[in-house]
Amino acid sequence: MVNWPNFLSQLFNGLVLGALLALISSGLTIIYGTLGVLNLAHGAMFMLGGYAGYVVFKLSGSFTLAVIGGALFMLVLGVLMERLIIRHFYARPHEDQLLLTFGLSICIVEIVRFFFSSMSVAVPAPALLSGITPLGTMFYPTYRLALVGIVIAALLALYFVLYRTRLGMIVRAGIEDPVMVDSLGIDVYRVFMVVFGIGSMAAGFAGIVNAPVASLTPESGEAILVQTFVVVVIGGVGSFPGAVLGGLIAGEIISLTSMVNPGYAYVMLFAAMTIVLLVRPRGLLGARGRE
Amino acid sequence: MSGSPAMQNKRRFPTAVVTAIALIAAPFVLPWFDAAPNTVNRILVWGLFGIGFDILFGYTGLLSFGQSAFYGTGGFVAAYLLTQAGFPHVILALIIGMVAAAFVGYLIGLLALRRTGIYFAMITVAIAEIFYFVEFNPLSAWTGGENGLPGVPTPSLDLGFTTLNFTSGWSLYPFLAFCYFVGIVIALRIVRSPVGVVFTAIRENPLRAAAVGHSVRGYKLAAFVIAAAYAGLAGGLLGVLQAFMPPDAFMFDTSGQLIMQTAIGGRGTLFGPLVGASVWLFLQDFLQATLGLGATWKLVLGLVFVLLVCFLRQGIIGGVRDLYRFVHARASSRHSGQPDRIAAQRPSAAAASARAGAEIVRSAAVASLAGRHAAPHDAGPILQATGLTKHYGGVLANTDIDFTVNRGELRGIIGPNGAGKSTFFKMLTCEVHPTSGKIMFEGRDITGMNVTDVCQLGLTKSYQVNQLFNSLTVRQNLTIAALAALRGRFRLDLFRNLAKIHGLSERVEHTLELVNLGARPDTPVSQLAYGEKRRLEVGLALASSPKLLLLDEPLAGMSPQERIETVALLKSIARGRTMIIIDHDMDALFELAERVTVLQEGRVLVEGTPDEIKRNPKVQEAYLGGVQGVLEEAA
Repeated sequence: MVNWPNFLSQLFNGLVLGALLALISSGLTIIYGTLGVLNLAHGAMFMLGGYAGYVVFKLSGSFTLAVIGGALFMLVLGVLMERLIIRHFYARPHEDQLLLTFGLSICIVEIVRFFFSSMSVAVPAPALLSGITPLGTMFYPTYRLALVGIVIAALLALYFVLYRTRLGMIVRAGIEDPVMVDSLGIDVYRVFMVVFGIGSMAAGFAGIVNAPVASLTPESGEAILVQTFVVVVIGGVGSFPGAVLGGLIAGEIISLTSMVNPGYAYVMLFAAMTIVLLVRPRGLLGARGRE
Repeated sequence: MSGSPAMQNKRRFPTAVVTAIALIAAPFVLPWFDAAPNTVNRILVWGLFGIGFDILFGYTGLLSFGQSAFYGTGGFVAAYLLTQAGFPHVILALIIGMVAAAFVGYLIGLLALRRTGIYFAMITVAIAEIFYFVEFNPLSAWTGGENGLPGVPTPSLDLGFTTLNFTSGWSLYPFLAFCYFVGIVIALRIVRSPVGVVFTAIRENPLRAAAVGHSVRGYKLAAFVIAAAYAGLAGGLLGVLQAFMPPDAFMFDTSGQLIMQTAIGGRGTLFGPLVGASVWLFLQDFLQATLGLGATWKLVLGLVFVLLVCFLRQGIIGGVRDLYRFVHARASSRHSGQPDRIAAQRPSAAAASARAGAEIVRSAAVASLAGRHAAPHDAGPILQATGLTKHYGGVLANTDIDFTVNRGELRGIIGPNGAGKSTFFKMLTCEVHPTSGKIMFEGRDITGMNVTDVCQLGLTKSYQVNQLFNSLTVRQNLTIAALAALRGRFRLDLFRNLAKIHGLSERVEHTLELVNLGARPDTPVSQLAYGEKRRLEVGLALASSPKLLLLDEPLAGMSPQERIETVALLKSIARGRTMIIIDHDMDALFELAERVTVLQEGRVLVEGTPDEIKRNPKVQEAYLGGVQGVLEEAA
């Protein structure tokens, strides 16, 4: 028999995870779509964002400041990474870019481990959002509810930047046809830098707001990276709506399968990815530009 | 690249013999350096694991992040048989594990290779992680879940008069060393076989590898399965080595470590993973124990890895090789004032060109017998396109084109920029599929076929923008194309010697002469002049001896002098062949072609002899906006 309150609460958990995955995957997918670089350090950026928020929280005691400070830190770090390292790899083959970002992810994880050890750290939810909220027949942690709202707000902000600003127009055009954008006299390298910064910030922001829900360890990013890849394969590379749709699908699959048997969550995720690859190799909403 | 078969054949000592001597010497030499036998054994297992990965990544160019899945599969199948199922034969269990891993590799490969590039990387990452979770939960009854499978026995070999027991440490070493040796010998054969050459071609330019007639998908899958088999055997050996099959063999970290070791040691070398594993395990010991860095060792290795990727792309072996070549080249140029290499090549090149020259005379004689002069146009149509239309969204690239070319004909196609010439060619070679219409080649409907199959039928083209195998030599480039013609689209002759393929070297030499590159067969493409690259581009198409050859702007970007030479070249090539040439150089085209088709705005404007075309007012209108007589003057 289906346990309805349990089912509903898992449905909500799926929504929380799905929204988070959507945000992280959007970051990954716009970086890939624009720069042509698949950032294997994206999961590490998620984790690092969490730790950055944790440090600000320890210093200031304010969750809001932690979110803002952590996000800004990730933005700056992303811009610096693009400028100093990633930029030199645009002309090199894909494999070298993958090796580089893979190496960077290991360095980031190990640097965090060096400073914070392998023990998990926790950031408490702000007082205002702690506790539980009654939702009809069930109770649900208030912060998780708020988290859905926060992440949706972040997604809307990203949507605004992508679809309502000049920069966003260039980014979307670049995903469709990078050669054309380059030949229109737009300084693509400046755009690349900003996009890498925004993408990193999206991952880092997700890392901070997720910190009160799941404790942080240096390895937190690894599982997220894998899930993000599944999301992007399902949704389609380079597609913001695809990332959102894929994120929600993946989040619900993981949560609802976990209700029955957590061990099969990844099996179901894999099954979903396989079906999409067989039926629609380009992903549900994949863009045509980058391959 | 060390992937070059020609280079490796020239080596004074066969690599396999050197490897055998090193493996035999290791247990006598390494103890002097305080190397623990267990570490040496571990390096061998990683090295063996890496051989397969290097074939996949270093040779074929497919960077998989999912090798742990096959390592774990092979390991757990073997360990399960030996510890749970009561299977007594260790060696047989290892082989069964390897076969199981190869089979899983085949299934995963079918899925992962549906996409290329970064998609492939993402899918393999996901698969590796999923296998880890599957091992932990759904399959924990068989795999022992987080406890793994303890008690994996070591092998023993009954020789009749005595029994060899391999237990641990240096006693196990001969067994692992033998496995590694067999692994490397097989891998050396594979990379020097025709299949190995095609692997390299796929790494360098998958698009062209498909266009010259190789089934890229099939060969990629072959490389994937080979890598999975090596991983499976190595996984089984890990269980034997540790007397325990650990669940972390399935972890993503395992794949990561393999990739890093391969990149550190040097990709595309087969021995890179072994070198990388040695460096890795030595540094790990050194940083952890001697320097007392504790967990920070991994950070140091991560930084070393990033620096290597940035500055020493080919890893340690690649770096040493480049250094050796640099020093060697300098030393020999000091002695003789001229590099040895070139001097040594001269006589052989001259002999080759003499041989090929004779060949040309002979084949020209044959061609003139069978060619268009002896058998004129009544030989009938070789290609017939009817109603060919291609839309890109709302853009009409080609509309309702009817086009027929007869056997032995030399047809030219001209048209202003944007007339749809290249799209038309792409449809004929099946690189893009028409929105509607039909293409018949030699009476066979080829509409909807793929570029590889069409090339195998005898229809191929040279590209408007060079599509070469850039880090390979001229000869290797032509070998790739010739192999497709001689072996078909897919063939798993993994252990065949290139030199033993009937007609291969003749065909390559012949093509070298045809495109006038006989003097530079061993020059890497990256060092060729533009005009030479252009000729090699035509050569790649010629080497597959097409029945119908399409040339997409063969003169594009050439200097006037190069144009004159190339037109002469094309004339000589045209003997006995059927060709269609697109070009903007009308003087050249009118000189070459017997009939010319003019395309405008995606339609056939007019078709006729060069003289008819020159006089046609519609053509003058299309090109010059109706200024009469200019084309005639130009001609």
